[in-house]
This record gives sequence, C-alpha cells and structure tokens, in this order.
Amino acid sequence: MSTSENKMWTARLRNAWQRNLPVDKLLPDDQPAYVASWIYVFGVATIAALGVIIASGIVLAFQGPAWYHTSDIGKFTNSMHFWSVQMFFAFMVIHLWGKFWMAAWRGNRVRTWMTGAVTFVVSIATAFTGYLIQTNFDSQWISFEAKDGFNSVGVGAWFTVTNLGQMLLLHVAFLPLILGVITFIHVLMVRRRGVVPPIDALPFDMEVRK
Amino acid sequence: MTGWLASFLNHPATYLKYGWFQISISNLIVILIMLVLFAAAILIKFPKERE
Amino acid sequence: MSTGRHTKEEFDAAPWHGKTRKYDIVKEGVIAVVVVSVLAVALSLLLGSPDDTPLTFKGWATSNSDNFYATAVSELAGTSGTATYGAPYNKAADGLNVGPLWLQKWAGASRPIDSVNDFVIAPLSTQVLSTDIASALATWKAATAKDQSTWATNYDSAIAKVEGKLSDVPAGNYGPVPALAQGLTDMAKAGGLDAALLSQGGFFQTDNTKQILFFGDGSYLDDAGTAANLQGGTWGMMNETGRYPGQAWLWLYSFWYQIPPFNNEESKPIGANADAYIMFLMGGLSLGLILIPLIPGIKTLPMRIPIHRGIWRQYYEENGIKRRKH
Repeated sequence: MSTSENKMWTARLRNAWQRNLPVDKLLPDDQPAYVASWIYVFGVATIAALGVIIASGIVLAFQGPAWYHTSDIGKFTNSMHFWSVQMFFAFMVIHLWGKFWMAAWRGNRVRTWMTGAVTFVVSIATAFTGYLIQTNFDSQWISFEAKDGFNSVGVGAWFTVTNLGQMLLLHVAFLPLILGVITFIHVLMVRRRGVVPPIDALPFDMEVRK
Repeated sequence: MTGWLASFLNHPATYLKYGWFQISISNLIVILIMLVLFAAAILIKFPKERE
Repeated sequence: MSTGRHTKEEFDAAPWHGKTRKYDIVKEGVIAVVVVSVLAVALSLLLGSPDDTPLTFKGWATSNSDNFYATAVSELAGTSGTATYGAPYNKAADGLNVGPLWLQKWAGASRPIDSVNDFVIAPLSTQVLSTDIASALATWKAATAKDQSTWATNYDSAIAKVEGKLSDVPAGNYGPVPALAQGLTDMAKAGGLDAALLSQGGFFQTDNTKQILFFGDGSYLDDAGTAANLQGGTWGMMNETGRYPGQAWLWLYSFWYQIPPFNNEESKPIGANADAYIMFLMGGLSLGLILIPLIPGIKTLPMRIPIHRGIWRQYYEENGIKRRKH
C-alpha cells in the first residue's frame, strides 16, 4: 500500500473496517463449539421483537394515535405493538441475565456490555413515552403521576410528559432512532469481538497474540 | 376481530399482597414466564449440530 | 500460561482456535422473526390490548359536580395543586431539592400556567353566557387584583370549612366567584371545557398540560387511579388498567416508593423530596448497570456462582473441565 493512500481518510476508514470487521466476521457461518445453549437465542429474539414493534409502530404512525380506539384493524395493530413490547423486554432481560452470568464483558468486551445496558435504559424511556401517547385513561394517569418525578429534578422544564405532541414526536422519531443506532453498534461489537469464551476455557483453544 | 378473550382481561385485576409488597397476577405471570424461559434455556440441551 | 489478570484478559480476547460448529445466524434470525410474529398475532387476536376510555371534564362535572365546583374555586383562589406547584408552572413554591441542589427551582417556570385565567376566566370568556354569569365575568375582569383575591379566598376558605358541602356554605363577601364557578361547572357539564382548556382560544394545539393539571387538582382523576390500583404508593407504576401486564420493567423504580423513608412525606429530607431522591437513585443504579464490568465484587459474581457450568455444559463435559476457584 502506498504512503499517499495511507493518508487518505477514505482509505483509512476502509482499512480499519476491513481489519476490524471483515464480512466473514460480520456474517460467520460457524461459531466456536461452546456456542451450544438456548441462552444464545435471546439476543436474536430481542431484535426480532424489535422488528415487530417497528413494523406495527409504522402502521400506527400512518393512522395517528387515536385510530386504534375506533378501528378493529387499529386495535389489532395496537395489540401487536403492545405484545411485541412485552416480549421485547422479556427477551432482553433474559439476554441480560444470560450475559451477566457468562461474565460476557471479559476479553475486551466491556463496551459491548455497556451498549447493551444503555439499550435497556433507552428502551425503558421509549416504552414510557409510548404509554403516554395511548390517548386513553392510562396515559392521562401516567402523565399526571410521572410529571412530578421529572419536575423534581428540573428535567420537566424541557421534557414535558403532559405534552402529547412532544411525547408523540419523541416516541416515533427521536427515541427509536437512538435505540436503533445503539442496537446496531451493539450487534457490530458482538460480531467484531466474537462470542465470549467460556469461563475456565482450555488454554490451547485460544491463540494469544502479545 | 381482535381480543377474542379480551372480555376476560377487561376486569379489575387481582393483586397478591404481603405487607407493603404487592403485584398483579398478570405481572407475576410475565415474570414467572421469564424465569422459566431462563431456566429452560440453561437446562434444556441444545441440539448438537444444525445444518 | 500465566494466570495473571492482564494475561487472563488477553486470553479471553484472543481469537478462538478450538473446535467450531456450523451455526446459521441468518436462519436463526428468520426463525426468531417468524416465532415472535406468530406469538404476537396469537396474543393480539386472543387478548387484544388495554384501552380504557379517557376521563373528561364533562364526566367529572356530571358525576361529582360539587368537587368540580370547589376545584374551580380553588383555581381562582390560588390554593389548588397547580396554583401552588412551583416550577415549571409558576413560582409559587421552591419545589423539591436534594441537599443543596434545587434543580426544580433552577430550571425555572418554563411552562407557565396561570390557574385563574388559563383554567377559569379564559375558557368562560369563549362561551355565550347567561346574563348573570356574563355580568359576574365582567365584574371579575373589572375588579382589582386585591378584590379578586379577597372574594376567591373568602369563598374557598368557606367551602373548606364545611368540607366541600356546598349547601352549607354561609353567605359572605364572595363577589362574582360563586357565579363564575357555577358557570364553569355548567360549561364542563355541557362538554365545552375539555376543548377550551386545550385550545386556549387558538386553533392547533398538541399540549394537554393544562387539562391534565386541572384534572389532577380535583378528586376525579385521583379516585379513578385508586380504583384501578395505579397509585404510586401501591406499585401502581408497574400496573396496567384491567388485567393486562404493565411496565414490569419499572419494578425497581416503583419499589423505592414502597419503603421508608421514601414512602413518608413527613420524613425530612428524603421522604419529603422522595421524587427527586428516587430520580437520582435510579440514575445512579442505571449507571451501575452500565458499569457492572468495572465494579469489584459484582463483576466476579458470575465466576463464584456457577450458572456458567450449565450454559457451557457441553463444552465442559467434552473437555473434562472441572470447576476452578476464582
């Protein structure tokens, strides 16, 4: 590689990418033999549930927040959204439990854990804004109760849970974008580092380069 | 078309209460399902090789 | 091989050179999407989703008109929850604090609400009124702030003294306040207040803050919350209307509100400022979750409690690896 190419930003980005995440690492067709437990399916299951959430959410967004009160198809779509959120959290928490007991942050994987934990926190915020835009009794109640918590630390001056318009926009635009981006980074990190080896794995299975 | 059994769910919920602790049956079921799934994922043998 | 901490980390980070197995992640993903979709469709068809109709001012003024009437008076007198709230709605109180941090006050009254005008006078002014209420409104608008305050405070105290039993309120110097409260009650009963509070004389509106806050000043919303077991003091944050599962993931947030000192408003400083303390506590705990890999004592827990022996059972059995002390 020539020196001039080495200085180019584009070339540097491509080379770093190629070095860190070549396509056979991004989409591997084999895994270490220890990847043999049902616990491994819950990360993928979480993403699948997120997919159903986004799909049903897009349909809801096209029809507006009050549609599902009066339409049968609306009610069905809203129910898909509701139950996929319940599954999303259930799978995500099982995934989190699993990764905790594997100490999956070992071997330079701390940032993978951190992005996962941030995803959990952002998911809670996203779901919360969803509950506020149901335009039913539940959202009346939650907005009245929750405002005190946010007001008490000054956040309520900008994040106004009683403002339907604001909550609607945050729920369908800002928060899903953040959630999507962090999830994407999380998955890329998992692929880049590979699945964490077992605690007490045999030394000869690993090639340590100093 | 939606919610064939919803009439069962649209009733005041039942709560289990022990002193200051209380939980709705529905939330309890969800949490129990999560614990069962977690235990099952660890205990049930994963198929040896998938093509 | 050295088992020093540094080397151990390098070891775990090294590429795997042991046995591998075929693992089709794309197929796994497609199966996951299909399974989750089928489950979601089945649950939706069978169970639907919660949707209790929202409460209305019409419903409040119709079912408990005395409470609505008294709440309207408290808005005029400045004694309601909203009028005495503080930031971000007004400067009537300092709000909560955590030690020297008065974040609520510092953030300022960025969403100003004037309970007299926004909740009572402005909505009434949008209506075609009967003669006596129209003249009461005119009297109020022409009066000095001092007169307005005297009338409203007198009437509000008189109602409080008879514990809200309006028929027992003795005659007094109340000015136009009883007529204004009656006018607003009639307006709410007719269904005109919900939209008037939202629009505030404008056209486009997407902010329901005024409606929600006025609602919360009376007993109607609060009673409905209690009936649905949604009060914060009884784990309500986790609960949902009907028998549906709620936001179970808020359990830890909800938990703090159940135990002392957080559940006792009289206890200072923490109980009296529970909302703020719990916000900080949960912020800290969330940070703790993110930083688990760096926290001594917690990061080694998975090595000490051998759930991993189950997860990697196959690998351990095939290689005859016994559990080691960590």
